[in-house]
Amino acid sequence: MTSPSLNALEGHGAGVVSLAGVSVAYGSNVVLTDVSLEFRPGEIVALLGANGAGKSTLIKALSGANPRYSGEIRIGGDAVQLTSPVQARRLGVSAVHQKVADGIVPGLSVAENLTLDDLAQASRRPLRSRGSAFTDARAALETLGLSWSDLVLGSDAAGLAISDAQLVVLARALRGTPQLLILDEPTSALTAAEAERLFEVLRALRAKGLSIIYVSHRFGEIEALADRVVVLRDGRVQSDSARPFEWHGILHDMLGRAAELSHDRGAAQRGHEVVATLDGVTLLPESEPVSLEIRAGEVLGVLGLIGAGKTEIAEALAGLATPLGGSLTLAGAPYFPKRPGHAIDAGVVLVPEDRQRQGILPGWSVQQNVTVPFLRSSSVGGLLTKRLERSRAEDVIDTLSVVTTGPDESIDDLSGGNQQKVVVGRWLSAGPRLALLDEPFRGVDIAARREIGTRLAEIAAGGAAAVVLSSDVDEIFEVADRIVVLVAGRIELDRYADETDRASVIGAFLGAAHPSSPEGAPA
Amino acid sequence: MSARNRISASKTSERVAAVVVKWGFVAVTVALILFFVITEPSFRTPENFFGMLKFIAPTAIAGLGVMLAMTVGGIDLSVGASAGFAVSIAAWTMVIGNQVGGVAVSVVLVCGLLIGALNAFLIVVARIPDLLATLTTMFVIVGLKLIIVDGKSISSQMTLSNGTTAPGRFTADFLWLDRGSIGPVPVPVIILVVITVLLWFLLERTRWGRALFAVGANPEAARLAGIRVQWYRTIAYMGCGLLASVAGLLLAARIGQGDVSAGNSLLLDAVAVALVGVSVLGIGRPNAWGTALGAVLIAVMVTGFTMLGLPYYAQDFGKGIVLLIALLFSFTFSRRRTVVTAGSTTSAS
Repeated sequence: MTSPSLNALEGHGAGVVSLAGVSVAYGSNVVLTDVSLEFRPGEIVALLGANGAGKSTLIKALSGANPRYSGEIRIGGDAVQLTSPVQARRLGVSAVHQKVADGIVPGLSVAENLTLDDLAQASRRPLRSRGSAFTDARAALETLGLSWSDLVLGSDAAGLAISDAQLVVLARALRGTPQLLILDEPTSALTAAEAERLFEVLRALRAKGLSIIYVSHRFGEIEALADRVVVLRDGRVQSDSARPFEWHGILHDMLGRAAELSHDRGAAQRGHEVVATLDGVTLLPESEPVSLEIRAGEVLGVLGLIGAGKTEIAEALAGLATPLGGSLTLAGAPYFPKRPGHAIDAGVVLVPEDRQRQGILPGWSVQQNVTVPFLRSSSVGGLLTKRLERSRAEDVIDTLSVVTTGPDESIDDLSGGNQQKVVVGRWLSAGPRLALLDEPFRGVDIAARREIGTRLAEIAAGGAAAVVLSSDVDEIFEVADRIVVLVAGRIELDRYADETDRASVIGAFLGAAHPSSPEGAPA
Repeated sequence: MSARNRISASKTSERVAAVVVKWGFVAVTVALILFFVITEPSFRTPENFFGMLKFIAPTAIAGLGVMLAMTVGGIDLSVGASAGFAVSIAAWTMVIGNQVGGVAVSVVLVCGLLIGALNAFLIVVARIPDLLATLTTMFVIVGLKLIIVDGKSISSQMTLSNGTTAPGRFTADFLWLDRGSIGPVPVPVIILVVITVLLWFLLERTRWGRALFAVGANPEAARLAGIRVQWYRTIAYMGCGLLASVAGLLLAARIGQGDVSAGNSLLLDAVAVALVGVSVLGIGRPNAWGTALGAVLIAVMVTGFTMLGLPYYAQDFGKGIVLLIALLFSFTFSRRRTVVTAGSTTSAS
């Protein structure tokens, strides 16, 4: 089983991984019910489902991360009991998890990261020469058709760009010549070009006979890549369909109600009253100053890739960082928030980018997570008032239809999408003047996304300004009345959604990236 | 995405486990008390009851200080040294400085706040990890104490190095801190109860307490929620320094002299008590009542063992076992996420 080539799989025909009646329960909570599926060699199966539908649970069971499942898993016809990720890999199931950073050990070289699994095998070669690690690393990269220089292989893996780190993790997963590769939202941190490169790799692997489970929220990717779509809902297999995909039906299966693929928002709202302005603000060290008016009554979508200056806009307005240059105004007056508390007091709230790290308080109840920014208004003379706390929490749960057993449930027990609804809901619950949402839909299913989008439209209609910062064109078109495209700290486009279209917006990205137009083309 | 399925006939074993986690420690304490009450006649006197609480008060108060540092996700290893410093400074102020007890108390409390401020400075401004910063502070203030007192224990009317007799002595008002009582209740017990109630109220009922816990649970989320994280961490460490010096005052009043070795054994007990406090009642985070209860458990154990004639050196073994059991309850057997201290260790079930 140490052959670096996947050709060994060909001709076997028995490389089928099948599940029969697999169920998983956490305590009294049944999260996966009687799942029976088959994954055949040379096939990419897209796994779809709303947040909390059981995708992660299924993956954990299949990859050995959760040995406490019931039912039967067969690999190549043999019934197996998967007890650990190491054992699952040995039996031919490899998983690449969503958070690429978790798969990279900083401080070790790229080559050592590629051959990391060898370190975990106690008996094999206690002493390893640099040369043999390089040889093994090169062999691992070869499965992806890559050949990296020794300079790259010897450098610290912490310095890898996220897309390269993704390839390292992928190459490592392929080393044991798996029969089934599980990819959990592999493109969530990649640019379109990087994603396309990954797809090429996956298609080549499929051609070699590998079976791939592909988890994603992005329908475009699935349309481009998958042979089959399996939809999970409430822990059960809702549908299992082959090409050509019938997306309305698939969405229906996912959401359990009539869903439209293209979401019609109606006419783009136009705000008039200016709530906040950026005046000659320098977003990035090298970029020219930008000016931007944020108006009440509309949802502004700021579209930009990582490093385009989106987060800098949010941080300046929310008092997390002082802009490099220029000034801000709020409601017509100069505005210098020195810390987040000032911004919150002024009615400017931020839903941060990283929910786990910046948003939720682990181990706390939903209610306590809701009220933490509003401790002063939830208390009388410093004394926290249960009634005030509870009514705010119930309000958030009701307005965003958070799936929870109640305000006292631990936030840890909620699915990712529902955690995000709690975080978004708490920030909107105080009736902000300006709400900033940095990548609010990351890892959030379409139902939660629509609920959040609807809520934003409501607060805009109520006279507030909402700003969604995202790197996803479709998300922006779904929620925004007005679209601003940000490239390298510059505004390349500023239009109302009904005055532009997807092609022009993408063109603004590309036009700016093109070296022949140094002045850019502000609309 | 409908409400998740719940099996109504939830597993009995899990319920039992939850009850054990929640009440196990209380049950053990009560059982120990009952055992000693039945087997040892001298154990069941009111004098012994208050005596035990009085004996444990300095440990419990220092433990409450550690508990406060834990609320913001930190720890303070300098509490024992701070208490020892307080003992010597109190003695020095009264004996060498010839001041009354009230002045000594004020000087000691200010010193405690300053030590806490030093810790906060090292951790918050200089960004040294809490374990290392407070370990360093421990060394520095133990050394500083020895320099101030010339490495000697200070006692009333001691002979100074120039041959003269020290002008002052431990005053009666200072000694009242240990020997006084209100009704049948000794002063140290009253101080302990008052501090416990105040801390419980602060942490569980006020928004400032909630903010302290938020800083401990996720400092970045707390900062984005408008909480002044650095300010709350500073407050927690200063509070811890203050409580450690109160513990030192009670020790000084008990010993009646500025024993240079006083406070040395306090650190481990204080940290143990705070950690036991996390698991007592299955709360899973630092809390005032749990810490006080943990101290009582240790007091009962030590007193009982002494009455049974076990050697003093068996006590540490017993304490270690109690701490081990507490940690097992917090981290291993509890389904809840325990959020505890020391470089913000977080463990999920």
